[in-house]
Amino acid sequence: MTTEQRIGQVANYVDERTGAAAWMKKNLQKVFPDHWSFLLGEVALYSFVILLLSGTYLTFWFDPSAREVIYEGSYAPLEGVQMSAAYASTLHISFEVRGGLLMRQIHHWAALIFMAAIVAHLMRVFFTGAFRKPREGNWIIGIGLLTLGIVEGFLGYSLPDDLLSGTGIRIAEAIIQAIPVVGSYLSYFAFGGAFPGEAFIPRIYIVHVLLLPGAFLALITAHLMMVWYQKHTQFPGPGRTEKNVVGYPLMPVYMAKAGGFFFIVFGVTAFISAVASINPIWLYGPYTPGQITAGSQPDWYMGWLDGLVRMAPPLETYFFGYTISWNILIPGLIVPGILFTGMALYPFIESWITGDKREHHLLDRPRNAPNRTALGAMSITFMLVALINGGNDLIATHFDLSINQIMWATRIGIIVLPPLAFVITKRLCLSLQRADRELVLHGRETGRLLRLPHGEFVEVHEPISPEKAYLLTSHEQAPPLALPEVDGRGVKRAGALRNKLRSRMSVAHSEAVPKVSTDDLKEIEHH
Amino acid sequence: MSNEIEAIKDPGLPAHVHRKADHDPVAAKRAERQVAILFGISSVGTVLLIASFFIPEDIFIFVPVMGSQNAHQLGLGLGMAISLFFIGMGAIHWAKTLMPDQEVIAYRHELRSEDVDRKEFVVAVKDGVEASGIGRRSLIKRSLGAALGLSALSPILLLRDLGPLPGNDLKETSWKAGTYLVTDPGDRRIRASDLEVGSVAQVLPESDDPEHRKLNDIAKDAVLLIRLRPEEFNLDAERLSWTHEGIIAFSKICSHMGCAVALYEQQTKHLLCPCHQSTFDVTRAAKVIFGPAARPLPQLNISVDGEGFLVARTPFSEPVGPSFWGRISS
Repeated sequence: MTTEQRIGQVANYVDERTGAAAWMKKNLQKVFPDHWSFLLGEVALYSFVILLLSGTYLTFWFDPSAREVIYEGSYAPLEGVQMSAAYASTLHISFEVRGGLLMRQIHHWAALIFMAAIVAHLMRVFFTGAFRKPREGNWIIGIGLLTLGIVEGFLGYSLPDDLLSGTGIRIAEAIIQAIPVVGSYLSYFAFGGAFPGEAFIPRIYIVHVLLLPGAFLALITAHLMMVWYQKHTQFPGPGRTEKNVVGYPLMPVYMAKAGGFFFIVFGVTAFISAVASINPIWLYGPYTPGQITAGSQPDWYMGWLDGLVRMAPPLETYFFGYTISWNILIPGLIVPGILFTGMALYPFIESWITGDKREHHLLDRPRNAPNRTALGAMSITFMLVALINGGNDLIATHFDLSINQIMWATRIGIIVLPPLAFVITKRLCLSLQRADRELVLHGRETGRLLRLPHGEFVEVHEPISPEKAYLLTSHEQAPPLALPEVDGRGVKRAGALRNKLRSRMSVAHSEAVPKVSTDDLKEIEHH
Repeated sequence: MSNEIEAIKDPGLPAHVHRKADHDPVAAKRAERQVAILFGISSVGTVLLIASFFIPEDIFIFVPVMGSQNAHQLGLGLGMAISLFFIGMGAIHWAKTLMPDQEVIAYRHELRSEDVDRKEFVVAVKDGVEASGIGRRSLIKRSLGAALGLSALSPILLLRDLGPLPGNDLKETSWKAGTYLVTDPGDRRIRASDLEVGSVAQVLPESDDPEHRKLNDIAKDAVLLIRLRPEEFNLDAERLSWTHEGIIAFSKICSHMGCAVALYEQQTKHLLCPCHQSTFDVTRAAKVIFGPAARPLPQLNISVDGEGFLVARTPFSEPVGPSFWGRISS
């Protein structure tokens, strides 16, 4: 029997029951564009699979219970110490289960890589404008995944009930408690009474292993189906248009590459976990509210939040005898709320500013959208300053600095540096546009100097290839929106203030160095 | 739009450059061998993993840069890493050298449906709504709305027993008038003379069952004792009377977010919370001198009994730990 016959038999069996052949035929030939930055989302997806596998392994031994036990395992320094069953079973996984420590480390490292990949993927999508119509919905799903990831990660490292993670839960409890009016009630409901109680660990366990992974699966499925259905975006270049997709077919090239890449991500995660220790909970000891480890740090994706809380001014107000803790509410809930809502709404804000309602499948080069790129740089700067302050104690001890100075530097920095980053990035983008223009008009510098007969030195320029020239001129430069403040009869239009804001932003958004035009090229020819 | 007339025409996809393996059978065979070697290395990794499983867990080996490593853990991890990584490398090398590398073009179709379909959809929805009569029968509409809204209340109600109401719980601790201060750990009563000038001790209220202290109690009861020279204090008369021979007692639970305020700087007499660096001045009744905390640490009023053991004279005069809405209301 030939291969074709054998495949035919299997296909016949399945197709007669599902009618899938037509759909499969089309989709096995589906084309995916290739670019290294498209791998970032894949890294996140594969890390999620690694998390499911390693997490399931850990559940076989982990006992999510706050029940008090006396430790009798093989780790001598904690012999006879009173601790929760959660902590004791984590020690058991680390010291007695063969491969258990490796799996714990893979699970933790994979979580860090998962979050890093999500953030990197988000930046790629933002800076290239991949969130524009028709992909706004998928952008929002992505923001949802990022938010869930932060929560899921926090719950995960809270489970072992060691001194460090218990301190993290204590801080989370204080944030809940700070919510006006209902805070202490919410906290008592979440913890089944006073902090820390015995209900919290089992509760967050089921959220961590069932509820949130379920939500992840649903959202990731939707995310991927949208990518599949809308087809992937592609970078601009010769032969690439808004109407086509240039790349490799799913079968066999993409399957081999993507499948192989999963193993590479898993292999690299295993390697890091084999050689780099992470979260050595046995060194921290079991949680008790009266003690703490110096240099308490959350995982990196929570670090910015901790940094904001650290730099908050000591502000608390009393209102008819009731307390409002602005020092917790502003950095812990209000600022993150504004940041994440703004991020989720950004596609709609940008399309409102530009008035652009068309579909976009070709990506922007970041320099050709200076305002957006500058906004991204501004947000990253804000997050970095906050993250730095989240590690201010470690920076202080490592570099022999005063913690007070670092705190004041970041308090001022978080206000001054982001706008500065905006201005610098925007200038940089415009300069890069100018360089592109020069390149098209005058060619590239060869480094060869010529001495002319009358003694003048000139550098020889070489024209760039037509492909490159096309890449540097194919982007769109839309003019700002025309929103006249007065109508034809000289009467102020309704919503004048909103229109003024919109046209101001539109002008800022469309600021650009004019790209090379046909007239420019003609002029060059005449010289 | 400004780019309706392109200054430079699209030159189209660059010409495809064939790889050596595409036309040279020797190169193709070599690529095949390379792929097989990569898969082979993966198998070696799996063998290493299996072998490492039987290494006793108490053997440590020295690895340059990394230092002393547990051989069992390291072998398992490296074996797994090699076994997985090289499957991936093999597959990608295979795709890159032997599978077709000619880029293909597929066409996008507008996502938008045909106008006819869109019109028919609107009609279908409209007909459906009309057929149900929900627009005309307002009694049904309103009663359904009310029923759905009310039914959404049940989950809230069913979640009520997640926890008790806080009541006065957050405002009370185990400290009563006459409670002895005992060491933690150890649970021994303390005399003033046990504490040298400049030293710090963590204490808890004396308990009938010190073996089984609840974490919930420790989370509110933990207290720090610090002994200074009495003239170093800068307190008002009332707060000074709460100290005993230079010994002052504060709640160890940070007034900001409830971490244990565990770092004491002897030189400056500052208490520092390691979580968010709130800094409290011991000589001025734990006044906040830096960081995000908005309130001083609550001070415990202490004295000694007839035998010279330290004892709480009154309970805490305010709730300990982080702020909450009803903290100072009665």
